[in-house]
Amino acid sequence: MSVLVFAEMKGKEIHPVAFELLGKGEEISKELSIKLEAVVFGGDESTAQELIDYGAENVYLYEGEQESCKECLSSLATEIKPEIMLFGATKFGRALAPRIAASLNAGLTADCIDLRVEEKEFIQIRPAFTGNILAHIKTRSTPKLTTVRYRVMKPAEKRKREGRIIKKESSVDIKKSFPLVKREKIESIDIQNADIIVSGGRGLNSKEDFKMLEKLASLLGGVVGSSRPLVDDGWISKDHQVGFSGNTVKPRLYIAIGISGSSQHLAGMRNSEMIIAVNSDPSAPIFRYADYGIVGDLYEVVPKLIEGLEQKVS
Amino acid sequence: MDIVVLVKVVPNIERVRFDMEKGTVDRSSAESEINPFDLNALEAALQIKEKFGGKITALSMGPQSAEGVYRDVFARGAERAVLLSDRRFAGADTLATSCTLSEAIRKLEHFDLVLCGEKTTDGDTGQVGNEVAEFLGIPSLYYVSMLGIDNGNIYATVELDGEKLVYKVDTPALLSVTKDANVPRLPTLREKLEARKKSVEIWDAEKLGGNTERFGAKGSPTRVAKTVVPKEEGRKGSIYRDVKEGIDALLSVLEA
Ligand SMILES: Cc1cc2nc3c(=O)[nH]c(=O)nc-3n(C[C@H](O)[C@H](O)[C@H](O)COP(=O)(O)OP(=O)(O)OC[C@H]3O[C@@H](n4cnc5c(N)ncnc54)[C@H](O)[C@@H]3O)c2cc1C
Ligand SMILES: Nc1ncnc2c1ncn2[C@@H]1O[C@H](COP(=O)(O)O)[C@@H](O)[C@H]1O
Repeated sequence: MSVLVFAEMKGKEIHPVAFELLGKGEEISKELSIKLEAVVFGGDESTAQELIDYGAENVYLYEGEQESCKECLSSLATEIKPEIMLFGATKFGRALAPRIAASLNAGLTADCIDLRVEEKEFIQIRPAFTGNILAHIKTRSTPKLTTVRYRVMKPAEKRKREGRIIKKESSVDIKKSFPLVKREKIESIDIQNADIIVSGGRGLNSKEDFKMLEKLASLLGGVVGSSRPLVDDGWISKDHQVGFSGNTVKPRLYIAIGISGSSQHLAGMRNSEMIIAVNSDPSAPIFRYADYGIVGDLYEVVPKLIEGLEQKVS
Repeated sequence: MDIVVLVKVVPNIERVRFDMEKGTVDRSSAESEINPFDLNALEAALQIKEKFGGKITALSMGPQSAEGVYRDVFARGAERAVLLSDRRFAGADTLATSCTLSEAIRKLEHFDLVLCGEKTTDGDTGQVGNEVAEFLGIPSLYYVSMLGIDNGNIYATVELDGEKLVYKVDTPALLSVTKDANVPRLPTLREKLEARKKSVEIWDAEKLGGNTERFGAKGSPTRVAKTVVPKEEGRKGSIYRDVKEGIDALLSVLEA
């Protein structure tokens, strides 16, 4: 019995969400008095050692492609019978976990923002209805599967630790995949990892006005975000979109400019550390979620902010 | 090409109200509609049908009160709609939902493709599609942002973080499309009128073989123990109505 963390690989590196899963996993495994283990596909002994240094007692190391890890993961779960399996709620993790869950007939909870143990029971907390409600979910199957949102939990502490590396053979199930005909890198901004985001909404009059927000963002060392309507209208590419059908972000500072604060937008940014809103309508919902706000015309406020910041710099 | 499209009927997410005291959703506060993400799946099915011919079957699990919404499914080009409705299906989590949907798909004479939306606006898990694929034992692709048809082949583009992968799709398969895959067209008046002539088939647990242990709340390993309304804690809430004063305040905050 253990908490088993699926450590996703991003190229040759471990995706940082894995260290967060190990951090939370350590807490949960202690409370339930069970082991903390990790499984990784691709990577080598140093990858496995890194997972050990972040707290895994055993690491199951598979060679071979992560893309075809599904069968191996299901059979590993049948063999070692983990109590809990944790996946990062990345696109890869969110597509993989349901297949594992169905193959094991196990319960799966999506996109959790907190996990805890109450009276020896594992509780999974996730936003429901675009974050208006938080649901506490209990699972009665073994294992209990969970995907966990990136950048909401504290990573485990890294220090020299001892652990066991268990090498495993991969079995590739070819009939379960399609021929890959093209693979390419795409230029996209990494908005989920940005520390500062300056977002524009329908308060903007034209596509060109994003330049003004870019200026502000660059002065602050941040990136530009957007509400959905502007993405739908093709004013900015979709990797900039924040919200329910876009990216979930948690920057140190989020500046919402000409954004009303619909629950679908809030779902993507309400957990930002500091929120600043600029909106001409004093009754805009965004102000209820803001630390600082200016009721005013963005075409007056933003240039003045830029001017003020430039003066500070020089 | 026979295509099954998974569609769920949900309350309109932009209008629905929440009971903040109880932490529940007041479903009567908003009209029902087809899950907006599923309209992209339906549109994708239509585009494939236009090239390959075949039949579109819309499949849904939910209460019978939703029957009216299926007119829209017919108007948008589905030949057939099957609604899985039975008290024994109620209270299903994603595993039980997927199990029920996949049993129903097995009961259809034939299918080549199953299409579904990225997620539902009420369940918001994005799990059902891949669980259905696993139960059916067919390969799947999630986050398909583009479907291309060339030389009688279907190509699906999947966008993962920082990467774009293009696959040639062999059938049978399940594809889950994102809202970027297409822009769903609106049905014409004539299509709407035609749709009135069609009716939804209702299937119950017996029709699905009656293995009721696997359906509804009984077949659901997860359950909601409680719901809470998140508190917006620690927000300063300093809102300035005077622009100059506001800018001075922001500049000193931004400096820090
Ligand atoms: C299934 C679904 C998924 C969705 N997903 C997302 C999502 O991921 N992200 C998202 O953002 N939305 C999403 N939406 C859309 C969402 O419901 C809202 O429609 C959208 O967020 C509104 O964007 P907005 O705030 O930019 O525009 P509006 O609501 O139109 O707000 C514009 C604001 O600008 C202010 N304004 C106007 N002029 C000025 C000015 N000169 N100076 C200052 N302020 C000004 C106005 O007072 C107003 O408050 C989704 C909707 C659905 C149904
Ligand atoms: N009750 C249901 N009936 C039909 N299809 C569903 C149902 N629930 C989910 N789906 C399909 O599965 C997709 C993902 O849903 P979810 O996992 O609930 O976010 C949806 O976009 C639908 O296509």
